[in-house]
Amino acid sequence: MDLLKLLKQDADKHRVLSMGQVVPDSARCVQCGICSYNCPIGIDVRAHAWQGKPVIHSNCLTCGECVARCPRGVLRFEQTDLFAGENE
Amino acid sequence: MKNVIIGSGVAGMAAIEAIRSVDPAAEITMVGDDPHGFYSRPGLAYYLSGELHDKALYPRTTEDYRKMNFKYVRGQVTKIDRKQHILELSDTVQMPYDKLLIAVGAQAIKMDTPGADLEGVLKLDHMEDAKRILKSARRGRTAVVVGGGITALELVEGLASRGMKIHYLLRGDRYWSNVLDEQESHIVEQRLKDEGVKLHYHAEVNEVTGKNNRVTGVHLANGQTLKCDMVAYAIGIRPRLDLAKQAGLDIERGILVNEYLQTNDPDIFAAGDVAQVYDPRSGRSVIDSLWGPAREQGYAAGLNMAGRQKAYVKSVPFNVTRLAGITTTIIGNVGRGRDSDLIGIARGDSESWRQLSNAMVAQTGFEVNRLRLLVGEKTLLGAIIMGDQTLSFPLEKIISHNADISPIRERLLEPSARVGDIVAEFWVDTKKHSLS
Repeated sequence: MDLLKLLKQDADKHRVLSMGQVVPDSARCVQCGICSYNCPIGIDVRAHAWQGKPVIHSNCLTCGECVARCPRGVLRFEQTDLFAGENE
Repeated sequence: MKNVIIGSGVAGMAAIEAIRSVDPAAEITMVGDDPHGFYSRPGLAYYLSGELHDKALYPRTTEDYRKMNFKYVRGQVTKIDRKQHILELSDTVQMPYDKLLIAVGAQAIKMDTPGADLEGVLKLDHMEDAKRILKSARRGRTAVVVGGGITALELVEGLASRGMKIHYLLRGDRYWSNVLDEQESHIVEQRLKDEGVKLHYHAEVNEVTGKNNRVTGVHLANGQTLKCDMVAYAIGIRPRLDLAKQAGLDIERGILVNEYLQTNDPDIFAAGDVAQVYDPRSGRSVIDSLWGPAREQGYAAGLNMAGRQKAYVKSVPFNVTRLAGITTTIIGNVGRGRDSDLIGIARGDSESWRQLSNAMVAQTGFEVNRLRLLVGEKTLLGAIIMGDQTLSFPLEKIISHNADISPIRERLLEPSARVGDIVAEFWVDTKKHSLS
């Protein structure tokens, strides 16, 4: 793979991380709470996962702790269109 | 209308939400015998491993329960009087019902080997078990773990993370052979070995030995003896059927219900691990023993109790777990294919597929990544995704929607096809048109 492509992918990833939101796939979730437990600012991510709603929270740092620590890969970052109110 | 729900697990909780969504005024009572009420039972594995505090396992606050507006009674229902529509609780209290949901779940099968009643022989079924295990898990001591599935592996990992030395006994020649292929089993086993876990193949316990009523070791069928301070086991679960039997409801392996989660008594419903649910698509009745289906069944049962006709439609088999630290998603049919039409293709780390998606960032950064697809004539029949979960969500949709993969099938089957890339491109294309 050439370097440019690699760099672009890296840039894309960072763009998603900065502009995206944490989106749950609630079918995977068993409500263990590791996400909420590890959120540095105390957002109840688990409650969002139960409802299948993206974590739209003004304080969310998109730090990725919840995404990384979830033992079942419930959470992902997705670039969502805030104005369309759609998560997919 | 008096709705009573027996059992405080996820099926029961979902049923309450469903009833409330239809009828804000309905009377709802939940009767549960677990002293800890509603908590994440699958999450016990992570409590065991020290990833979270036990208090974090309770998803709901008192305020949440107040909003759901139901009455909770801690107790055990001992009898259902179907004619009178009355429940008897162990302390002789009687409780009338109009609609009843039995969602009492399943419980761990007890080990019946000689010596299994010794102190230090432990299972992982509910919160009390987890606390008991943690109380006797001491750094430097030795545990023998018995069982071939996910829960047994969770015991291995949990106890290892607490600093115990582990002997892990497998009945066959590899881990979870009815779901994983040889290489996948090997990946899991190798990672356990790297952590210092000692694996024993073709190993079965003949007797647990003890001294002063405490475990000291196990005798294996092959004559070997292992010294240990704990025997932890997970050898399967069984629906809790006592109540249904007493009430004379139709049962097989679980309580038989139709697609509306209704038993042979139209006022009694069952959902979750205790229910054996009719699946109109396959014509069979199946027990699902998973959190996700239990929630969906509970919700559908609640709607039906509240008078909405809502059939439960079983989705494609789907499970997510973590095997030796690797998030693993299992979708559809991935087991040992007896069907000769079934073509399996697997790809490991050498590919670039993990970097692909630029619209989504999922769990990444695993030491091992692997993707296996089961390719049918026109559709994907199954997939197993270990490690990086970027393709997990797309594959779940592609498989559950029976998406026509004709446009990519040939390319997928080429000897050195970049399987991940092809799936990702297909997903982006298909998503534009219809799916999701």
